[in-house]
Amino acid sequence: MQIDLIVDTKGLACPMPIVRAKKALDTLEVGQVMEVLSTDKGSVNDFQAWVKQTKHELIKHEEGNGIYKFYVKKV
Amino acid sequence: MSITTGQLSMMTAKELTRIILAKEELFILDVRNESDFNDWKIEGESIEIINIPYFELLDGVDAALDRIPDGKKVLVVCAKEGSSKFVAEQIFEVGRKNVYYLEGGMKSWSEHLEPVKIGDLKNGGSLYQFVRIGKGCLSYMVVSGGEAAVIDALRMTDVFEQFAKVQGADIKHTLDTHLHADHISGGRKLAEQTGATYWLPPKDADEVAFPYEKLEEGRAIMVGGTKIEIQPIYSPGHTIGSTSFIVDGQYLLTGDILFIESIGRPDLAGKAEDWVSDLRNTLYNRYKELSGDLIVLPAHFGKVTELGEGGRVMARLSDLYRNNPGLNIREEDTFRRTVTENLPPQPNAYQEIRQTNMGKITPSEDEQREMEIGPNRCAVHDK
Repeated sequence: MQIDLIVDTKGLACPMPIVRAKKALDTLEVGQVMEVLSTDKGSVNDFQAWVKQTKHELIKHEEGNGIYKFYVKKV
Repeated sequence: MSITTGQLSMMTAKELTRIILAKEELFILDVRNESDFNDWKIEGESIEIINIPYFELLDGVDAALDRIPDGKKVLVVCAKEGSSKFVAEQIFEVGRKNVYYLEGGMKSWSEHLEPVKIGDLKNGGSLYQFVRIGKGCLSYMVVSGGEAAVIDALRMTDVFEQFAKVQGADIKHTLDTHLHADHISGGRKLAEQTGATYWLPPKDADEVAFPYEKLEEGRAIMVGGTKIEIQPIYSPGHTIGSTSFIVDGQYLLTGDILFIESIGRPDLAGKAEDWVSDLRNTLYNRYKELSGDLIVLPAHFGKVTELGEGGRVMARLSDLYRNNPGLNIREEDTFRRTVTENLPPQPNAYQEIRQTNMGKITPSEDEQREMEIGPNRCAVHDK
């Protein structure tokens, strides 16, 4: 998978991970993929709900060493 | 003369509790995601609440403004605080007045304890109830002659320590009516911190990894110089060890067996079918032999309608036999189905919570907080 943009929100709490992700998403072209890194456990559910609401595609999300990674494709 | 321009204000969980108990009007905008909102939210008779997730308000709050009544006090709520402040600031900036955000969010709401006095004891001393209004848990403190006993203590042990200090009492005993599945008991920690004795029903404590004193029927516990007896009554059903207490011949502490508008569910330790007949026997035989004048004090409430004056959760046993639907199911088979089928979802992380209460795992403070998110869901009628 090609990652076009990495958005690092590690250490930031709600609402900043999604605020940053949204700003980044606005700069992407259709079909491009961004990877969002977060350490905020609370944002996992929010992130999925947000992507669903924006109608973009959450390709996958994973967790390791307390870091949550979300891969979002702009539709 | 100064000109008041007004400012965005923070509301504490304590103030929110006061508003709910005083039945003052409040409009709440909950900005958590939809599933968290549907699972658990702030409730009150005078509360109007709507849900718009904060991530739908990143470009502006117009969508929310249309739905917020003008002139009403508005509280914005989220999980921890950050997002509610973010949204409340925007609502305030477009000129709305009387806008607040909840300090510490739903996490603080879940942890707030409101102490209320239930009544005086015959030979001096008093009985207090601690209402954990956000989660629906209830703890008790018997204070007499400079000593105190805490029943079903919650994780926020400093509240009990402070309260006892103000009453001039030393905490001598901590008791749990049963092994809890919806919240982490503070009984053991409180006992360790104060040098008190921790009491548990032995049948619920098969697997516990720490020493405790056995709550057994017939054994009385003394609190203070005055004769206040806590008589354990073996009353299985919610768990196999569930034990009730009669305090001062006046109060029946029922744990999670009998609530004001419902009864305990027998499935949280995984043995619903086995414990149905125990639960029925406790509710329909054992409690019936007790005086109807006893004041029932449960370990939970499930609905705000169970909150009485000043937030007190209490009722006469004879009134419950008239009004509680769980005590009025004539057919045993209907009873069996009521308490085993179509039960509400289990409390959040209930397996891990049981393991923690047995001392088998030791989660961090943050993890414990996370595990306790959501309503208690210990009654069969909660949804």
